[in-house]
Amino acid sequence: MRVNKKSSLSQIMLHIVFILGVIIILMPVILVLSVSLSDESSIFVSGYSFIPEKFSLAAYSFLWQDRVNILHAYGVTLSVTIIGTVISLLITALYAYPISRHEFPLRNFFSFFVFFTILFGGGLVPWYMVYTNLVNVKDSLLALILPGLLMSGFNVLIMRTFFQNLPSALNESATIDGAGEFRIWWQIILPLSLPVLATIGLFNTLAFWNDWFNSLIFISDSKFYSLQYVMQKTLMDIQFISQQSGTGNASSLLASIPTETVRMAMAVVGIGPIVLAYPFFQRYLVQGLTVGAVKG
Amino acid sequence: MKPHKPIRKFLEKNKVLLLMMLPGFLYLILNNYIPMFGVIIAFKNINYAQGILGSDWVGFKNFEFLFNTNDAYIIIRNTLLYNSGFIIINLIFSVGLAVLLNELRNKLAARFYQSVVLLPHLFSAVILGYLVFAFLSADYGYLNHKVLPWLGLEPMNWYNEAKAWPYILMIVNTWKSAGYLSIIYLAAIIGLDKEYYEAALIDGANKWKQFSRITLPLIAPVIITMTLMQVGRIFFSDFGLFYQVPMNSGSLLQTTNVIDTYVYRALINMGDLGMSSAAGLFQSIVGFVLILSVNLIVRKVSKENALF
Repeated sequence: MRVNKKSSLSQIMLHIVFILGVIIILMPVILVLSVSLSDESSIFVSGYSFIPEKFSLAAYSFLWQDRVNILHAYGVTLSVTIIGTVISLLITALYAYPISRHEFPLRNFFSFFVFFTILFGGGLVPWYMVYTNLVNVKDSLLALILPGLLMSGFNVLIMRTFFQNLPSALNESATIDGAGEFRIWWQIILPLSLPVLATIGLFNTLAFWNDWFNSLIFISDSKFYSLQYVMQKTLMDIQFISQQSGTGNASSLLASIPTETVRMAMAVVGIGPIVLAYPFFQRYLVQGLTVGAVKG
Repeated sequence: MKPHKPIRKFLEKNKVLLLMMLPGFLYLILNNYIPMFGVIIAFKNINYAQGILGSDWVGFKNFEFLFNTNDAYIIIRNTLLYNSGFIIINLIFSVGLAVLLNELRNKLAARFYQSVVLLPHLFSAVILGYLVFAFLSADYGYLNHKVLPWLGLEPMNWYNEAKAWPYILMIVNTWKSAGYLSIIYLAAIIGLDKEYYEAALIDGANKWKQFSRITLPLIAPVIITMTLMQVGRIFFSDFGLFYQVPMNSGSLLQTTNVIDTYVYRALINMGDLGMSSAAGLFQSIVGFVLILSVNLIVRKVSKENALF
């Protein structure tokens, strides 16, 4: 009895600790959401607060008027994320398969070829020069897809380990049945590798969706502004979002912006998709991390 | 002709596998290997008219220049102090969080807490910038408008207050990373053999004893690997954290400038190719040496935990 009581007390204390943690984690998000739903004039008086003093959707209706730019940015980010994730998964899986095969004579060389890129890099400047001088990606969708994110060495090695742990009998019997290497990869290896494909796919999706650095250094044409970049510009300079419209009545538009609340509404618009996709993400994220950790 | 025969035979036999690797191979050359050769920029006085190869060699002048500035001391100090702080604080918080998560008996609640602690990991640096701004904005931020008056203190212009930023960035980094790291440790703890704990219970070991005598020693390999991987990268920083969260504020550079942001600023704002690539090369080489030495140490201590 005594033991039970004691342990249920400690369970309650545990829950208190975690509830505090949950509050600390969610607080900033709630603050931003609340400001975006507030009336601008009440913010001038009492600042940002966790519960809107006077509820208003003015910020969102302003963003709705200005939706062309935001939807365009969404479109850029969405296409980059989809194209980038698919290509990067394909390339990663294509490269990881041969170096997972014991029969492949050059597998050690090609493994090291990837591994060395994790250990040493040329630094930002030469990397930037390659993408601006050798292949000119400036102001193109390519600038958001090609650099850096397409494939990370770690992903290749994680996938190789997963492939290696699949039973080698699969390969042998498929070879006897007359399947070529490519067919084995596509029809046998990949379907069995969904956990690792999902994990790395999700990490790549997140990386492409959240990327702002490539926009920052390669993009100056507003046609290719990604969602994160528009968000960043809005945070630094609230006028940015209306200047974008480039309409004749820009100045009257500027005067009518509820600047503080629009800024935060922009953040909510940017956070939205991630939070909505989260329940789906979360399952694989925990699974994937477990796989990775067991391997490590 | 004769020596070519084995090569041709090899190519024929492994044609498909080699073709499969081709896209990745070419990409690595473009994205990683050509920039490695680009490090010669650090030893040249780049002149656009002459091109990279045609520009004059200047030896170590760019490095001398860099290390003679005040910036060199500041960015190296900041990079090392921040990263050491991050490693220690993340370790304490994430291992603690993992152990506590593992103690929860209500599985539904545990899943909910897990989802919440992972959430910040999904946010981009830009979103982090917004979340911090909501608290720190000089005019209407929660801290200036609510917390400081309540404490009887004067409002501050946080984006000009360099001294505050080490604390702010520590808090932000912990908020963002601890939950994610804790899931990795949690996975390791769940994988442990339950029998140790049953035996310990029979011997009357309390929770603290169980933690310090069983859990900690058993997950030590995972902790060591994770920590050493971070130590090996101690010369590299999370660019987004140091650029977006302080909103690129010039008056904060004393405490927010790290090697990565310095290289970026020197490249974009000043167009100083030589000095910024010297700083970048310095960072890469020290990082490389660190990773190799860290790995050597791990191999000495326990071979199976070595990174390679």
